[in-house]
Amino acid sequence: MYSEKVMDHFSNPRNVGEIEDANAVGTVGNAKCGDIMKIYMKIEDDIIKDVKFKTFGCGAAVATSSMATELVIGKTVDEALKLTNKAVVEALDGLPPAKLHCSVLAEEAIKAAIQDYYDKNGIEKKVDCSGNCAHCHSHSEH
Amino acid sequence: MVYLDNAATTKMKESVLSAMMPYFFENFGNASSTYTTPGQAARTALTEARKTIAGCIGATERELYFTSGGSEADNWAIKGVMLKNQKKGNHIITTTIEHHAVLHTCEFLEKQGYKVTYVPVDEYGMVSVSDIENAITDETVLVSVMFANNEIGTINPIAEIGKLCRQKGVYFHTDAVQATGAVEIDVEKQNIDLLSMSAHKFHGPKGVGALYVRKGVQIENLIHGGAQENGKRATTENIAGIVGMAEALSEATANLEEKTAKITALRDYLIKTVLETVPYTRLNGHPEKRLPNNTSFCFKYIEGESLLLSLDMQGYVVSSGSACTSGSLDPSHVLLGIGLPHEIAHGSLRASLSEFTTKEEIDSFIKALVPIVQRLRNMSPLYEGVESK
Repeated sequence: MYSEKVMDHFSNPRNVGEIEDANAVGTVGNAKCGDIMKIYMKIEDDIIKDVKFKTFGCGAAVATSSMATELVIGKTVDEALKLTNKAVVEALDGLPPAKLHCSVLAEEAIKAAIQDYYDKNGIEKKVDCSGNCAHCHSHSEH
Repeated sequence: MVYLDNAATTKMKESVLSAMMPYFFENFGNASSTYTTPGQAARTALTEARKTIAGCIGATERELYFTSGGSEADNWAIKGVMLKNQKKGNHIITTTIEHHAVLHTCEFLEKQGYKVTYVPVDEYGMVSVSDIENAITDETVLVSVMFANNEIGTINPIAEIGKLCRQKGVYFHTDAVQATGAVEIDVEKQNIDLLSMSAHKFHGPKGVGALYVRKGVQIENLIHGGAQENGKRATTENIAGIVGMAEALSEATANLEEKTAKITALRDYLIKTVLETVPYTRLNGHPEKRLPNNTSFCFKYIEGESLLLSLDMQGYVVSSGSACTSGSLDPSHVLLGIGLPHEIAHGSLRASLSEFTTKEEIDSFIKALVPIVQRLRNMSPLYEGVESK
């Protein structure tokens, strides 16, 4: 039911782990719904120098997290904010319809991390949240 | 491949296929036809199969009706009894952990105006006889409680519930799809009025099952048409399937004790080893009163579908009750029904054995499982800091 790309990113996920001196951390989803994504970023000079993730969830949740980190690493913050769930899905050669919410979660996790970066650095910006992640009726537990 | 999903379906035995083959070819006839060959052969086979299967559950052949499978048998038992006994009442009692073939049938009847009580179960998935008793009213027509649960394997006190229903004058149906061929069934001793079974769960063919209906039980037809099945269920009989079912069930119930002892020992070995080897793991269902072939675990901090996928990639076939495998956002109603929180229920895994499962297979499964659970935990934000605690 999953594409080869999804299976590849599930079995060999890129950028798994934590960044100890991360200056941007975002968590979305909740355990009740069966998926949580936590994104760590190291942002320097407005550029995402490093990104790591941890995910509790199904195969699609792991694969979309992995792909999302690949798509934003090395990008500027503004470029990363333009990442859409659609782009993540396309990069994975598609997802089954029931799993599309996982890609939304990946997009929201990137955005949540960047919002955290803004907040920590006194940047008075609000990341535009589409609210699509309302599939779980909550963005995160924090 | 190591196949540990025998609760989903089983591999058909070659001996079953051999028994079926003549009824596709030389004896292909319609059992309702009056000519001797090949209709007569089909008719004889049908009678023999009915006798065999009825004999395996302590019933008489007049009380056994073939269906397309377990779901049809459940639908027929519940809808058929409720429709036919409207003068008696409109109340059904069932449990929260039934198969969807029972639950969704009850929900359908609720929309038609029937009343349904869903009795909860304890932490092991066991129904209490007194809870059933307390739920019975003057309007109650039918109690439907599964013999053994398909996800967590817990076996219910069927004979006691049956006895209670008999005393109270209400019909008792049991979905025995998982239990048939795995544990002893005797509709007389166990006071069962209606019982559903399905052939592919005991190494028989898919697409054939049966409903036992005790003599005297008032039941409406579900499928109207010809006079097959004593005028109670139309459709030209699936002779080959029925013959296969009879062969499979008689093989399953032969030496049942010996087989049960062997499978139970392997099951308990699997349970013990997993619980000892993998920390933060629980067994779902009753430790002893469970199907000989069922194991069900929850692995904390990880999600079932990724566990399943990882095992599948290495050739181990199991199942899960996580939301991602159930096609909804909620994990299995059974795991929630025994009181597990969502986050624990998401990490469930069911490994179900058969008489063909070997200790080598169990050992290699456990060997594969342990590092996979660890890998997924290392990837899980919920596991952060757990190790150091």
